[in-house]
Amino acid sequence: MSTNLIDHAIPQEAATILPERITRFPFPFSADSYRYSTNIEPALKPVSTEAGGWGTRLLDIDEHYLQELGERAAVLQRDPSRLQVLPHMRPAVWDAITTLLPIMADEHPETMSFERKGDSCRWQNRLHNLDLEFTAGVDASLPAEPLLFLGSQIQDDIALLDQRENALWLDAGLVTFAADWSLGFDVGMKFLEVHGPVPRVHDEQIITRAQQFLMNLQPGEKYRRTNWTMTVGRRLDTSTETYPEWAQDRSAVVTDPALPDRLHLRVEVQHLIRLPHSGAILFLVRTHLLSLADIARVPAWRERLGRVLAELPPDMAGYKGISRYREAASAWLLAG
Amino acid sequence: MTATALLAGGLKLQVAEVTAQTPSITSITFTDPAGGPLPAYVPGSHLLVQCGDGVNAYSLTGSGRSPSDYSVSVLRVASGAGGSAAMHRLRAGDRVLVSRPRSAFTPMATARHHLLIAGGIGVTPMLSHARAAAEWGMAATMIYMYRPAEGAHVPELRELLDTRLVECTDRGSFRQALAEKLSSQRLGTHLYVCGPAAFMESVLASARELGWPETRLHSEPFGTPELDAGQPFRAKLTRSGIQVEIPAGVSLLEALEGADVGVPNMCRKGVCGECSVAVLRGTPQHRDLYLSEDQKASGRTMMCCVSRSLDQELELDL
Repeated sequence: MSTNLIDHAIPQEAATILPERITRFPFPFSADSYRYSTNIEPALKPVSTEAGGWGTRLLDIDEHYLQELGERAAVLQRDPSRLQVLPHMRPAVWDAITTLLPIMADEHPETMSFERKGDSCRWQNRLHNLDLEFTAGVDASLPAEPLLFLGSQIQDDIALLDQRENALWLDAGLVTFAADWSLGFDVGMKFLEVHGPVPRVHDEQIITRAQQFLMNLQPGEKYRRTNWTMTVGRRLDTSTETYPEWAQDRSAVVTDPALPDRLHLRVEVQHLIRLPHSGAILFLVRTHLLSLADIARVPAWRERLGRVLAELPPDMAGYKGISRYREAASAWLLAG
Repeated sequence: MTATALLAGGLKLQVAEVTAQTPSITSITFTDPAGGPLPAYVPGSHLLVQCGDGVNAYSLTGSGRSPSDYSVSVLRVASGAGGSAAMHRLRAGDRVLVSRPRSAFTPMATARHHLLIAGGIGVTPMLSHARAAAEWGMAATMIYMYRPAEGAHVPELRELLDTRLVECTDRGSFRQALAEKLSSQRLGTHLYVCGPAAFMESVLASARELGWPETRLHSEPFGTPELDAGQPFRAKLTRSGIQVEIPAGVSLLEALEGADVGVPNMCRKGVCGECSVAVLRGTPQHRDLYLSEDQKASGRTMMCCVSRSLDQELELDL
């Protein structure tokens, strides 16, 4: 560690000019090895990292806002199955809209505002040049299907879980940036079924505990967790549906000299919110991508990610889809 | 969590209106003194209200969608602890401390039809359900049993439900209406019942007899799933060489933090496993969802955010 710090010591003024994509990146590792855990903590708790910090906002807007929402619209155009709303979830969708827009306005007052009187609402979003009046609960008063509209305002993917029969059910969602899963396949499944393919977590009762925790959330309570994997390129849409487009990159990148620029650590900041009126669980997934080259600009991250990748057991690496390149990635990071 | 802890995160509201519903039932409406909107709530939710010497739970009667006020209806109970009498003494302008709405009697989103069955003051959460169903265009039917002249909220229910409201003021007609409704519902109907314990028991028993599946039956549960305050105990910290007193209603984690003994923690609800503490002596009272049954039985580890002690003193490796 100490030799590395000396080798890669960067002058103080250089450290202070790291770009926001690095200083605000939610680097997820707190140790040199990673295992699954029910890593849930209260939302909005500030987190400091070696490069800066994150976590003080529920709805994170960054420099990629317009570009990512444009990408979401294009994905939906090609594949409308990324939007799924079972009929009984309409009130939950409206609950998500009338809960998130005011929060977003509070967190970004310079570009957004929300007013409500009874069911009459006004939403302004200067990033979209949007000034919209609508009636809560009336689908036709929005310019698009309600969940589609919400997905055009926030960068997060959205899932909604109904609680009944002592279980949670994934009954609605708008997911265009999935990390190798398919909403169209999973919709209507129980929470435990959705997580069926994840290794280890069933023996360790992690998903059962998470479900129990979520079912006990009271209206308005907000929690969060992080999850991570890796992606070749700045590709947000790594859903099962587009597998043929991205799968071969995972082999090709191993011998590519541009590996540090092409390979990205993919971190999901997930928020878990009990909606106040419908009682549904709102699950938001905000995906952040940072290249290994950028990660290496923070020496502590470079070394930690290198060690985590080297140590990760094969079944977990296999499930995350990183087996082909993780040794190459780890070797590059640790050789730095 | 204790009632006191729930109220700590609660709201200071003002009585806006007091209306007599019947000779023994009074409706009380609370608003934000600053005139602001109140948090939305799930239909069937209740509020804890601090009034007189105690804290009592009352069902909210609105739909819960974007409320500007909270309304409860309270039956004066002569034999009770005095909470209902204190509530009946409230007047417009009085300030009260209430919890945030707590949800424990939720309408099922997948129901094709809601069959609401109310006995006496048990009508309050059923009124909330009926209002929400009307707002979202969902079909609901109600049987409302009340003693003559003691029917609260009857005009609102008649307007909301029209011919889908069956009013009964004697047992015979109630039994008949119940038998008729229980045996004529379409597939996918959910039944909700609220009222005196014996009333709820008999309604649920009739439904089971007629073959209603358990997952379609819902009754207002008494008592919330919150953890109780627990007994006070003492923690002896061997490495720090200090003793910490943990009063009822304060968690071991909070008490340790108060004594400047930091323990890594995350969820503070007994699920993540971060705040585990090694136990050297004494028997923990496990209340977490993290440890396995075997680990709990061994008594060597405890989650200090929710778990307490069965003994007066625990010795911890801290």
